[in-house]
Amino acid sequence: MALLKVKNLEVAFDTPDGEVKAVNGMSFELAEGETLAIVGESGAGKSQMVLAFMGLLAENGRVTGEALFRDRDLLKMKPRELNEIRGKHIAMIFQDPMTSLNPFLTIEKQMAEVVMHHQGLRRDEARAHAVEMLRAVRIPDPEERIKQYPHEYSGGMRQRVMIAIGLLCEPEILIADEPSTALDVTVQAQITELVSELRKQTRMSLILITHDLAAVAEIADRIIVMYAGEAVETGSVDDIFYRPQHPYTRGLLASVPRLDRASDDELQAIPGNPPNLQDLPEGCRFRDRCTEAMDQCVNRPPVWAAEDGRTSRCFLPMEGGKITVEAVEPVAAEEAG
Amino acid sequence: MSKPVLRVQDLAVTFSGFTGGIFTRRERQLRAVDGISFDLHPGETLGVVGESGSGKSTLARAILGLVKPGRGRVMWRGEDLTALDEEELRQKRKELQIVFQDPIASLNPRMTAGDIIAEPLWTFYPNMARLQVEERTRGMMKVVGLLPNQINRYPHEFSGGQCQRIGIARSLVLNPKLLVCDEPVSALDVSIQAQIINLLKDLQKKLGLALIFIAHDLSVVRHISDRVMVMYMGQAMEVSEKQRLYKRPLHPYTNALMKSVPIPDPKLAAEARQASWLTGDMPSPYQRPKGCIFHDRCPFRVKRCEADVPALRRMENGDWVACHRAEELDLSIQVAASC
Repeated sequence: MALLKVKNLEVAFDTPDGEVKAVNGMSFELAEGETLAIVGESGAGKSQMVLAFMGLLAENGRVTGEALFRDRDLLKMKPRELNEIRGKHIAMIFQDPMTSLNPFLTIEKQMAEVVMHHQGLRRDEARAHAVEMLRAVRIPDPEERIKQYPHEYSGGMRQRVMIAIGLLCEPEILIADEPSTALDVTVQAQITELVSELRKQTRMSLILITHDLAAVAEIADRIIVMYAGEAVETGSVDDIFYRPQHPYTRGLLASVPRLDRASDDELQAIPGNPPNLQDLPEGCRFRDRCTEAMDQCVNRPPVWAAEDGRTSRCFLPMEGGKITVEAVEPVAAEEAG
Repeated sequence: MSKPVLRVQDLAVTFSGFTGGIFTRRERQLRAVDGISFDLHPGETLGVVGESGSGKSTLARAILGLVKPGRGRVMWRGEDLTALDEEELRQKRKELQIVFQDPIASLNPRMTAGDIIAEPLWTFYPNMARLQVEERTRGMMKVVGLLPNQINRYPHEFSGGQCQRIGIARSLVLNPKLLVCDEPVSALDVSIQAQIINLLKDLQKKLGLALIFIAHDLSVVRHISDRVMVMYMGQAMEVSEKQRLYKRPLHPYTNALMKSVPIPDPKLAAEARQASWLTGDMPSPYQRPKGCIFHDRCPFRVKRCEADVPALRRMENGDWVACHRAEELDLSIQVAASC
């Protein structure tokens, strides 16, 4: 059964320059114990989508659609109800381990607070639990280190603390937004290993947000590739890496520099830049960067879907898929919208 | 071979700080860069790789005279930069330029792209005609792949990759001979990183620049470097010619860095993970391990590594390594034959 069901989620921001649509009709499901990766460039809307159903959007943001957690709609909850869910049932880890911790409080204080609030533990119980969690994320000498302040930790250690805080209440879903982007590759590798180990030990579901496909190759079960606020391709990890359908997914894969391949001199970049959401191209949003753009791409591309949940938003036919959303000409789209 | 434009000789930078409380206060020294030497030829690229805290950025700053080295020399076309006074050094900066890591934070948000790129011209050639400055600025924008009609836009109107192009244009507008790139792509999306690396490589070829390219990831410097220096705690662990380094690294630390690079292939990534082994963090710079500074994280350490400091020594093929066991260890990397 799906733990989290997101249906037709839309996020828009009111800005002085008019409305900006950051997320456009996103739907997905997250099963129990599943690891879902959401991959895309800056501005693709991956973080905003998650912040939206966690009730953490900036003040000028608006969200519509549904986000059902155990059949209860997160978007309709009162702040008090949502506070009960956040931290306890769904925990989130942010990108920057340097700024996510309070520099004035010891690690103990920051960790104990969470369990004392959510689980009503006494201070000494909370402390013992926190030490145990630090040990689980392999912080050496946790009894001593818990008394320290964040600045006494290295970047990798701080991110481990963030993960430990996320895990404190044994949440059903852990959301990690670029958890290792700000870290050294060596530390990234350690964090990846830690996450995949923790995942084996618990039945927790995981949502990983990243711009780097390589970072999730080892731990994701399923991947959603987002571009300019939309899902352009969805599939199992093997589908995405071994049988990518959408030209954007193929571009992302090719742009990863690899050491396990013989060197070729020119690195493959995706040409151009991520689009400005206020000034999106008509038709397919990727077409001006696409190596396979055709005349018909000025129309909104169809969405292909297969029975195993695989989808692709492109005029190129998807093997084993049927069109579930028809292509739309720009004029018709305007009238409809 | 041509004469090197840059000769760095035994360069060391030490920062001092204080520790302890009011009454137990004592000074302690942090050796950020500890005896680095290398030559750089015109048109050549040296990649510098290491984890945070390995001293790579401090090395860059010391070469450019932005921090005062405690020891050593920076010979730039036969002249020792460390012996120059401030004004002489300032004049030399026309020839030595830097591109910073954070493309957005390193641009003044209240200046237009054109003003940012033109600023070095105003600084060094205050009498240059307005039209000429604008012409040069537009030309520079074209060179780095920006549209000259974006000259009046502000940094926030550009994407991260475009901002980094502005930073590159600014550093090239004075026609420097040496460009130091301090993690120029670390803050960019993977899909955009390759654009910037390819751009720098093209520009180097076109302009005959000597380039120092700093990164924390060996996969990033591979395509642009001729030689790669791997740093750890302020010291060079290995300086090798590129082809050889990526085929068979000499130092276990280089090998560890290579194995940390994620592979975009689920099966290969899982296999590689089982074979990887770099654990722990870099030790505190105030408590440098005795013997080889890498020995406590090294899976190949023997008794000798705990006591003797391995000197950086020259191998037969001209590569340099600081490891007692470099000859006996075979750290060859398995490379798939096809692409």
